[in-house]
Amino acid sequence: MGAGEAGGSSGLPDGLVAVVKRDCPTCVTVVPVLAELAALGCSVYTQDDPDFPFEGAIDDTGLEVSWALGVETVPTLLRLESGKETGRVAGWHRGRWEALAGASGLGGGLPDQRPGCGSLTADPEIAALLSLRHRSGTLSARRVELGPLEDELEAMWARGWTDGLPVVPPTEARVLAMLDGTARRPDEVVAVVPPNLVPVTVEKVAINAVMAGCRPEYLPVVLALVEASCTDAFNLHGVLATTFSVGPVAIVNGPAAKAVGINSGVNLLGQGCRANSTIGRALQLVVRNVGGGRPGEVDRATFGNPAKTGLCFAEDEEGSPWEPLAEARGAPAGASAVTVFAGGGVRMVTDQKARTPEALVETFARHVGPGDALLVVSPDHGRLFRDAGWSRSDLASALEALAPRPAAMCNDLLIAYAGGRAGLFSAVMEGWLAGPSGSVPVTVEVRQ
Amino acid sequence: MTGSPKFRQAPRPVLLDPTAEGGPATRTRRSRPATLDGLTVGLLDISKPRGDVFLDRVESRFAERGWRVLRFAKPTFAKPAPLDLRQEIAVHCDVVIEALAD
Repeated sequence: MGAGEAGGSSGLPDGLVAVVKRDCPTCVTVVPVLAELAALGCSVYTQDDPDFPFEGAIDDTGLEVSWALGVETVPTLLRLESGKETGRVAGWHRGRWEALAGASGLGGGLPDQRPGCGSLTADPEIAALLSLRHRSGTLSARRVELGPLEDELEAMWARGWTDGLPVVPPTEARVLAMLDGTARRPDEVVAVVPPNLVPVTVEKVAINAVMAGCRPEYLPVVLALVEASCTDAFNLHGVLATTFSVGPVAIVNGPAAKAVGINSGVNLLGQGCRANSTIGRALQLVVRNVGGGRPGEVDRATFGNPAKTGLCFAEDEEGSPWEPLAEARGAPAGASAVTVFAGGGVRMVTDQKARTPEALVETFARHVGPGDALLVVSPDHGRLFRDAGWSRSDLASALEALAPRPAAMCNDLLIAYAGGRAGLFSAVMEGWLAGPSGSVPVTVEVRQ
Repeated sequence: MTGSPKFRQAPRPVLLDPTAEGGPATRTRRSRPATLDGLTVGLLDISKPRGDVFLDRVESRFAERGWRVLRFAKPTFAKPAPLDLRQEIAVHCDVVIEALAD
């Protein structure tokens, strides 16, 4: 934001513009040059001391011009023509300054070049304030001003915005920082959210992601998850409304999973990893707050399950004997993607005696029912399949042979590889009504 | 606000509304008719097991009284009724009975 948008409406003069600050040795060094340029009509803006570099410099201690010009380094010399930037040099560089200024013999006696210092607009605290000041207008959500005696967390609870756990207050600063996690525009519609069929924008997802506790880099994953969940195939309305106790389970593949730190190892289905705990929760808050899906209203689950607060994990692609789940489901190799599955509670599959894939599959078959299922194969169990050269589809076929699944129901058996390095267990999550008349797992690529 | 800096209040927090803001459109229900005489009754089977048992019985009892009945079925109980079906029911029926079987 800001860079290259100067001129015209911002009221900047055309011609040569220099931006400097006293607290920069290079700026101090080039004071004679600035004086030469000022004499040629250059506008000199000062960020910290209105008397620097000389009387007549333009006070930019509010950093409005520096921000509008997107200045990152001081000194910066620019040329603007009819409001458009036609050239820029960051730091002192005699040859380039001379070329830009159309002058010669600048700064006699000075070194030929010297790097500059950071612009005050890049100071982290100031940058946050400037961002808030200049970008707040890009947010269109209604502002809710709390009363002076209202506790933020209690106020959000009282307004029905939470899932029962505390949420992070979605201030403008936090939401703007969250939106920095994606290149998508805040007003872009991501999906239409059941049950009220409300179009949700990137901004509204970001607000709920802040509340869920997400970091900005999680946002692209959250957006893909919202998109996947709101498809007709996944049937979020049904998943929400059913008396059965399923909820959206997100499995993340590709570089994004690793980049944002989604756990694929020890205790991946449990607590302790921020990404795992908050990405699925962000979706559920979107469903609650935007879609209007709340327990006891459209959500009629007889029991629900603890994972309905939000469940997200990554596949352990490095350790896996198989291609990534998303790739097996049609995503391009190496792509980041989210697969959403309507899953019930987690059930352990214990087999500490099997020494062959055939023996282990018999145990799996006793735990995988006739409907949809997500089978998470642990490293200790996965080793048997790797050593025997079994592909994912070999495992699926062997399971099918032992526990036939009604062909008419187009069942989906998802097999993922994840878990702590020790433990001769795998995990099964039972699915809901299978096939197009129920919920079909959906994989969506993550877009930055 | 008190004048003492020691008791100066923090600025009021401003939050961004996480909800749909607009709220879903709501329509008031039609009042119940005093009688079904002369009306068309839609019987909607949501495709749950044994829903048809209940609706078959309702249909036969209504027929005994001479009430006009039309039968409808959702393709799956797991999804909202398709728009076309909802419109068809709205166009042809004065009242509807839905069988939420289980």
